[in-house]
Amino acid sequence: MKSKEFYTTQILAHVFCAAAALLAILPFILLIVSSFTDNAWAAENGYSYFPGKFSLEAYQYIAVQWGQIGRAYMMTLLVTFLGTAVSILITTLFAYGISHQEIPGMRFVSFLLIFTMLFNGGLVATYYSYVRLYHIKNTIFAILVPGLLMNAFNVILVRNYFQFSIPVSLPEAARIDGASEFMTFRRIIFPLSKPIVATVGLMSALSYWNDWMNGMYYLTEREGGKYYTIQVLLNNINENLQVLIQNASRLSASGIKVNQLPSVTVRMAIAVIGILPIVVLYPFFQRYFVKGITLGGVKE
Amino acid sequence: MNKKISLKHVLPFYLMILPGLFYLIIDKYIPMFGVMIAFKKLDFSKGILGSSWCGLKNFEFLFRSRDAFIITRNTILYNIAFFAAGTVLSIALAIMINEIRSKKASKLYQTAVLLPFLMSWVVISYLVYAYLSAETGLINNSVLKSMGKETVSWYQDKRYWPFILIFVNTWKGIGYTMIIYLSSIVGISQDYYEAARLDGAGKWKQIKTITLPLLKPTVLTLMIMSAGQIFRSDFGLFYQIPKNSGALYEVTRTIDVYVYQALMKNSDYGMSSAASVYQAVVGFVLILAVNKLVKKYNPESAIF
Repeated sequence: MKSKEFYTTQILAHVFCAAAALLAILPFILLIVSSFTDNAWAAENGYSYFPGKFSLEAYQYIAVQWGQIGRAYMMTLLVTFLGTAVSILITTLFAYGISHQEIPGMRFVSFLLIFTMLFNGGLVATYYSYVRLYHIKNTIFAILVPGLLMNAFNVILVRNYFQFSIPVSLPEAARIDGASEFMTFRRIIFPLSKPIVATVGLMSALSYWNDWMNGMYYLTEREGGKYYTIQVLLNNINENLQVLIQNASRLSASGIKVNQLPSVTVRMAIAVIGILPIVVLYPFFQRYFVKGITLGGVKE
Repeated sequence: MNKKISLKHVLPFYLMILPGLFYLIIDKYIPMFGVMIAFKKLDFSKGILGSSWCGLKNFEFLFRSRDAFIITRNTILYNIAFFAAGTVLSIALAIMINEIRSKKASKLYQTAVLLPFLMSWVVISYLVYAYLSAETGLINNSVLKSMGKETVSWYQDKRYWPFILIFVNTWKGIGYTMIIYLSSIVGISQDYYEAARLDGAGKWKQIKTITLPLLKPTVLTLMIMSAGQIFRSDFGLFYQIPKNSGALYEVTRTIDVYVYQALMKNSDYGMSSAASVYQAVVGFVLILAVNKLVKKYNPESAIF
């Protein structure tokens, strides 16, 4: 028979955790409910969990305006797939190379990698390099390359996996059979590393999907607008709104017309569309995320 | 074994690291040389190298302004507050989730609390706006008005923001740190608890005398990591959540936000690069110092 303490503990733990879970979810529910609220009602009574009038007009508006939003969505998908694929490729190759510490120079290259976690040139120098030296402003590279392609953290996770979780005898055997190093990597190492590749791949996909900073730094609305992703678009709506708020008194004189901005509920609907794939897919990938977090929490 | 290292043998490995190395150079190392912008009077027609040196002028300007003190104070204090709030709450949550016997419920709770962590700060700024907007926010319209209280212009009133930022940051990050603590708790041997039960110790006593003390190394490791990062701030949080509202700068502006604004809004390369270099150098020294200290007293927890 279970003791009385067992039941009190269970009830207490469930209440505490359910409260925490609810707190985590509630803002998203407000976001979703708001996107289905009648715009005029929301403008009058504010966002609410229990709106007086529901409406699909926000999504109808998006459907009609699909040109801009749909293109941003495609751009998000493109950048996420392309960026993640390239990122996995160069991260695993690099990690495999530096896992061979006996090769001259690899220790130094590892040091170069670790050093980037301790010191960096900062935003100004990075911005200057990308804009003035590499000229990526308003090109597709602006949202693909800066900061996101490879990071030291992921490389270390993958390198540790190569070093500690793959038996040395396997690549040795392949070598004896006459396989080239690239062949060994492609046929043996990479397939055996699926768990860690899934983990860093998902982390990378998430950072591409969520990135708005590169778009803010390196894309201008007029010339780079065609490369806007959903997140950059959401950020852009925010910034236009800030201009609006700051110039509220001079509104009539300013170039921005109020009716050009997505209305009260449409903004929420765009945000819903932006997070939808994450919310839907995340439960299936949860264990890889959790793995990435626990691996990252313990030092190398 | 005496393997001779021949070029033919190692060449494939050098080729493998080439793309990554190239990326490190363009993304990280070339910008590192760019820190010299902070010591120059930048003239775009001449480029960085051709511009004339100006010594520490840019830093002088920066530290004469009141901004330097405010952004440093904000960056450091928020980091400390985030760590304190995050640690206490995520340990409590991890202990509670660990107590839950139903596997399904436990997984469900974890899924829920980790969800905010996966969202970008832009999306979260929309969520916060839904509550705090002066005209259409839920708090003003549904809560304050119905209670007959006066509404608040949240984005104009700086009194509330230290609390709001700590709350939002903890809300987003708690799932992440909870997972780390949960994995430590799961790793604690059941023998300890068995022995404590035989001695008649209740749940609370077991948590106090076994779980919490055994979590100390994990807390310490995370503390060292955040101590090394104390000069850095999450740009997205401090830029997106207060919606860049000028009325709030005194309590919301951190070094990273300052650098961004000086660069993008004012095109002031001197000030922004000075602040940027100040952050990078002090941050670097801090990481080395913390690591050295840890190595001396607790070598197990040293980062490198």
